[in-house]
Amino acid sequence: MSRVLRWALFPLLVTLHCGQALAAETGKDLYKTYCWQCHGMTGNGNGINVRDMSVQPRNHSDAKEMSARSDEDLFKAIKHGGQSINKSVLMPPWDGVLSDDEIHALVRYLRELCQCRHG
Amino acid sequence: MKRPVVSVMRRISMLSLILLPLGFANAGQGDDLLNARCAGCHDLKGPAPTTVQAIWERKGPDLFYAGNKYRREWLARWLQAPVRIRPAGMFYGNHIKPGPDGDEIDQGSLAPHVKLSGSDAELAASALMDKKAKSDLIKPGEYHSGTISKSMGELMFDKFRGCLACHEIEPGYGGSSGPEVYTVAKRLQSDFLISYMRNPQAWDPKIFMPNKHLKEQDLPKFVDYFKVLSEEDFK
Repeated sequence: MSRVLRWALFPLLVTLHCGQALAAETGKDLYKTYCWQCHGMTGNGNGINVRDMSVQPRNHSDAKEMSARSDEDLFKAIKHGGQSINKSVLMPPWDGVLSDDEIHALVRYLRELCQCRHG
Repeated sequence: MKRPVVSVMRRISMLSLILLPLGFANAGQGDDLLNARCAGCHDLKGPAPTTVQAIWERKGPDLFYAGNKYRREWLARWLQAPVRIRPAGMFYGNHIKPGPDGDEIDQGSLAPHVKLSGSDAELAASALMDKKAKSDLIKPGEYHSGTISKSMGELMFDKFRGCLACHEIEPGYGGSSGPEVYTVAKRLQSDFLISYMRNPQAWDPKIFMPNKHLKEQDLPKFVDYFKVLSEEDFK
């Protein structure tokens, strides 16, 4: 590999490495950080913030409710907020802090919590 | 005529020699105080956490941009008589436990904030106001005060934007994971509030406050609402 090519590729390799590092958070850790506050420590929808909410957060451990939602809908609700799937404004958009890879990791973790699949 | 001028200049020089080191000594003392009393729980140097684990470990707000964030007079007052601002602590996940009706705040896990003497509080406040990281995110004078009724502000904050989910708008009413907002106009600079609401992750990349993509024209209205709340007598 020529020296010029190596220097040209260096920023790309750094970017790829950083991208991997940013996606390294697990779904479980992300859920604890961003979702516990409303959906609760066990995902049952009873987080510390629910007391004065007009709409209660989704119970992620409810297999019946969760199997009615596709992975695409869950991804969309996390990324763009509840209103993007005609649900509550209280579910905010998380695209400002979570990468697509991290949102996919969260969707996989939601499937662990409900122990269910779509359909 | 020359003599008096030279004499005055000499006196000024002499005075400078005495006062300048005193100024530096004050600045040095302030930094020493911050390092001794604050650095155990607050990051004075930055950068902000880049992993969620670092968010969990954070014990108090980052202070390396304190001069762009806080109102000096509030800092000096609060440091002498600190009261809780975040009902569930800095990272709520460390201070909750399962309860019969859902998760609840584990009050016993919350430690009181260090209390400073009047002179130390003034010294700390001055040293903190010198910490101006991330100034590029602030547009000085961006906020122009307007008027909003309390009911319209609440409608915007709660129904339209859902911010009440995480923030209290009066003691005991609202969410607990974020800081109370009924005192925020007294605590924080208006231009900072606008900048932070515009993009919380620009200040704190992993913070658990989402970017709600608020409309530019609405940002000052939120600050107007916070000012209305700050004038209420909740105690």
